[in-house]
Amino acid sequence: MTVTSNSGPGSDVAMPTDLIAVIIDGVEMSVPKGTLVIRAAEQLGIEIPRFCDHPLLDPVAACRACLIEVEGMPKPQPACAQVLTDGMNVRTQYASEVARAAQEGVMEFLLLNHPLDCPVCDKGGECPLQNQAMTVGRAESRFDGEKREFEKPVNVSAQVLLDRERCVSCARCTRFAEQIAGDPSLELLQRGAKQIVGTADDTPFESYFSGNVVQICPVGALTSASYRFRSRPFDLVSVPTTCEHCASGCSLRTDYRRGVVTRRLAWDDPQVNEDWNCDKGRFAFAYQVHGRLESPMIRENGELRVASWPEAIDAAARGLAAARGRVGVLVGGRSTVEDAYAYARIARTALATDDIDFRVRQTSVEEDAFLAAVVAGTPVSVTYEALESAPVVLLVCLEPEDESPILQLRLRKAARNGTPVVSIGAVRSPGLGKVRGRLLPARPGGEGAVLAALPDDVRALLAQPGAVVLVGERAAGSAGALSAAAALARSTGAGLAWVPRRAGERGALDAGALAGLLPGGRPLSDASARADVARAWGIAPTDLPAQRGRSGDSLLAAARDGQLGALLVGGVELSDYADPRGAQEAIDAVGFVVSLENHHSAVTERADVILPVAAVTEKAGTFLDWEGRPRPFEQVLRDALTMSDARVLAMIADAMDVRMPADVRAIRAEMGSLGPWTGARGEAPSVAPAASTDATVLASWRQLLDSGLMQDGEPHLAATARPTVALVSAATAAGVGESVTVTGPGGSITLPVEVGDVVDGVVWVPMNSPGCHIHADLGAVPGSGVRLSPGGTA
Amino acid sequence: MTPLTPVITEHWDDPELFTLAGYRRHGGYTALASALKQDPDALIGMVKDSGLRGRGGAGFPTGLKWSFVPQNDGKPHYLVVNADESEPGACKDIPIMIANPHSLIEGVIITSYAIRANHAFIYIRGEVPEAIRRVALAIREAREAGLIGRDIAGSGFDLDVVVHAGAGAYICGEETALLDSLEGFRGQPRLKPPFPAVAGLYASPTVINNVETICNIPYIVGRGVEWFRQFGTEKSPGFKVFAVSGHVNRPGIYEAPLGITMRELLDYAGGMLDGRDVKFWLPGGSSVPLLTADHLDVPMTYEAMAEAGTMLGTGTPMVFNDTVSVVKAVTRWLEFYKHESCGKCTPCREGTYFITGTLERFEHGHGSEREMETLVDLCDQIAGRSFCALGDAAATPYPSALKYFRDEFVAATTTPVDEQFDPASAYVFSGAAAR
Repeated sequence: MTVTSNSGPGSDVAMPTDLIAVIIDGVEMSVPKGTLVIRAAEQLGIEIPRFCDHPLLDPVAACRACLIEVEGMPKPQPACAQVLTDGMNVRTQYASEVARAAQEGVMEFLLLNHPLDCPVCDKGGECPLQNQAMTVGRAESRFDGEKREFEKPVNVSAQVLLDRERCVSCARCTRFAEQIAGDPSLELLQRGAKQIVGTADDTPFESYFSGNVVQICPVGALTSASYRFRSRPFDLVSVPTTCEHCASGCSLRTDYRRGVVTRRLAWDDPQVNEDWNCDKGRFAFAYQVHGRLESPMIRENGELRVASWPEAIDAAARGLAAARGRVGVLVGGRSTVEDAYAYARIARTALATDDIDFRVRQTSVEEDAFLAAVVAGTPVSVTYEALESAPVVLLVCLEPEDESPILQLRLRKAARNGTPVVSIGAVRSPGLGKVRGRLLPARPGGEGAVLAALPDDVRALLAQPGAVVLVGERAAGSAGALSAAAALARSTGAGLAWVPRRAGERGALDAGALAGLLPGGRPLSDASARADVARAWGIAPTDLPAQRGRSGDSLLAAARDGQLGALLVGGVELSDYADPRGAQEAIDAVGFVVSLENHHSAVTERADVILPVAAVTEKAGTFLDWEGRPRPFEQVLRDALTMSDARVLAMIADAMDVRMPADVRAIRAEMGSLGPWTGARGEAPSVAPAASTDATVLASWRQLLDSGLMQDGEPHLAATARPTVALVSAATAAGVGESVTVTGPGGSITLPVEVGDVVDGVVWVPMNSPGCHIHADLGAVPGSGVRLSPGGTA
Repeated sequence: MTPLTPVITEHWDDPELFTLAGYRRHGGYTALASALKQDPDALIGMVKDSGLRGRGGAGFPTGLKWSFVPQNDGKPHYLVVNADESEPGACKDIPIMIANPHSLIEGVIITSYAIRANHAFIYIRGEVPEAIRRVALAIREAREAGLIGRDIAGSGFDLDVVVHAGAGAYICGEETALLDSLEGFRGQPRLKPPFPAVAGLYASPTVINNVETICNIPYIVGRGVEWFRQFGTEKSPGFKVFAVSGHVNRPGIYEAPLGITMRELLDYAGGMLDGRDVKFWLPGGSSVPLLTADHLDVPMTYEAMAEAGTMLGTGTPMVFNDTVSVVKAVTRWLEFYKHESCGKCTPCREGTYFITGTLERFEHGHGSEREMETLVDLCDQIAGRSFCALGDAAATPYPSALKYFRDEFVAATTTPVDEQFDPASAYVFSGAAAR
């Protein structure tokens, strides 16, 4: 949209075709066909009052606050629903007495039944009703009757509360629930002045996206249990930041007061999360303060004791130096790019090792090759936006609603516009239903075989320009799946993107925190790549490790077998490994362990030196989302005294006479000087799909809200998590009854049975939810053979 | 004196008219036979030429409405009959469905054939099981006689007709709210465009017509455009089922040409109860501005009523004598609109709440001159600003009442209405006023 007077000749901005000329308040402008009056007026800086209008929701024209005058139309029209046509002459409240009077009248009506409780209302100070009442409302009310009253508040979910008397019936929340989230359990009930928002008695508004309705509520009717009555908006300092939970890469606004984060909001980023985020990103931040490590600690005679920073750094440096060349580096999946780069750099320099991995989960050698060949350091190609116009989106080992919720929302938007979504998996999940997806059934472990023999119609769609294949991180556990996906993308020309679950994985990969890969996806084995990196780091190429190091299972195995002298561990939760016991044994077997951590953990319990590091709010950094798009953010809590991993690592390196950049800007500058890698890459893997078996196998993924430690301290959020159940087909359920005991190689769990659209002979359970932690409890991973037996009465 | 012209009501004295045999005895379903031999477009053209206007209240030309349905678009078409007659004072569709349901069914079949719909729905107000039963019976009989179903009378035309009972909301008489309700959703009006003719029921092209409108169709098709146009005026051709209620000696259904006057209808209705004077009257339900005894000679046509500052509406005049307080009448109507406002849009939802509360104070003698002006403002703030016509309707009674009976509102600033008008005297039984 462009104001005509501003669009001079020679403008290199791509002009949309199909422009029409319109006049708003006497200003001539041209807008694309189909533009709404309210959007065009915004372009001119004319703010028309609105409540029900939201740019991402279908217009409803219910609140009538935005009435404007259109020449030739007998009645004032709602600007939020009035499509501009060629030559249309619109007058807003600034140029039309009719519009002004209409808006003032509606404002008077809106305030009739609205309580005057602004001083105790959470929305007070940032309230569209308050603000617009000031700008277009009457100074005094003519209404002296009785206002509606309701019992307050009611829980529409454990997290979201509703004060019905404040509601202005704009239907933003109900439209969000239905249109955006696809969880239509929030509805308007009753009629007339008794109309209220509500839910059916037995179906609370348990959506992964429920917090968005609190944010878009234009009054204080919807509040969250976690923020209600906590603070006044004008006491808050707001900082734009990036979500640290998953690889969706949401732009957030974090609000804090007196050094404590009080809430997080979705921040508008049209290219990524639009105006939304998920409840985990919004509400799960209490972990940042609860139970933090406060001082460095050193193990002395088997006991941990508090130490000074210089003493602890010295101890870490001496222990690591003693094992130089035999050090393993384990980087957590939520490191920032800069921190991961520091791990990658200290490993290859001060520690003289290439034994490094960032994946705290099931991995495979096939995945190593896939990431090196297809993903690491590649520029952004498949984008959120590209999904909307894709002829088809194929999901492989990926459950977006749980594993990348904003991707799920964009897929739903695409699906609502007609993009077909096809998923290869064992379960027709609720999330797949919300994107109107088609399931190509595959037993866990059999995804590669299905990929290799896709139905003709799907293959034909994939061959069309713009088609997309999205592969989840769980593909690492399905032999042949990544090979087949890469081959499929090659043969059809479809775009291929890898969607890890954790926010830091893609960044860590690109930063070089994986054996065999230097920053930017540079192969360690490539002379030119080594020369690049050596130059940037001010060392000789020969100073870099000569041999590709160990990663994944082989790295842990090397530690367990006593081949490593020390481990440098940053933000790793051992129970997240596919074999938690093996990971513990690996740490136990290593003589010297340095742990950079926020909280006490299974690693700090075993560490010789513990160095407390900054939480995400206490440092600047960057995450790469699944697209590979950098999501830089600044330090939220300016007064925090904690240090980032990168700074602590620079101090350790310094103590080992190796200089590394410590500041986030210096690191970015150094990474920038390396530039993108354009040289040769490794070969994509070509692992054959595993042969199918008849055994009952386990399907599983991590639910969005589960036992994850970063959800600690937020009981209202936890209460909206999905119940822990075993999902089986009707045929499988017939054999077990109301509950089922699932027995894996390492133990068994008994869970209530829910019948779903699941491939026969497969049982789905959550990977890490209360009462069901498959790695620890079953000793199993997705695709493991399990035994099912009746679990008795649930 | 304009003669009555019973057409739809012609054989209502036959107690068997509601059956297929009874309807056939009086020439029923002969129009259908001739319609099925014609080109559907010719039927649309015929209804267009007849000048028939919708009898639900708005008076939109029926043939024009049909012609908006896109043809050969590959989508199913639907006919929906609006039989949700809920307007205060309106009582014409329900008697028609009870007395002569087959004229509705025959009209439905012909209309469906004309607009190429293979599914028709009759959305009947849920509070009148008698009408639902009669229409359901008529459908069953018609189906058994091969008039509904596959390949009707060998024409190759298929049609199924479904009766749907409303659940008691006035708003579901608004055509798009009716569609939502019919689809199983909460009945609230839809944003237009798209209009139902393009994307109506199940997002497919849909024609929504009133019961009486559809009942006209067999007679137009059977007897011709010229016959139809001999009744009424150029702009309001045809006849109308007028349902007269209120303080008259013989309230009831009087089918007469459009253009008849209220004075004539009053005569047919036996004159005013106890010979008292007409105080005010409404031509078509509570949603149209009221008129006074000065307007008894205005022709009951769409155009003349508009000129007189009101609307023909449903054509169901309510007549009130001087025992009735206009303040009280307006208050009752506003209470109705407040109760029935769907809640979707602010002006209607909140405005009816505000106005009703204020009027109730007037009723108790606690109004003020300032509030009389506020009420005018409030009506202005609703009329033309609400989402659908329900809000417009709610903003109608007060301004017209104030225009003709300002003194009564002024009196209500000091004296309770019941002290000015004995409520016992206002009953519609003869002699009540004298007691």
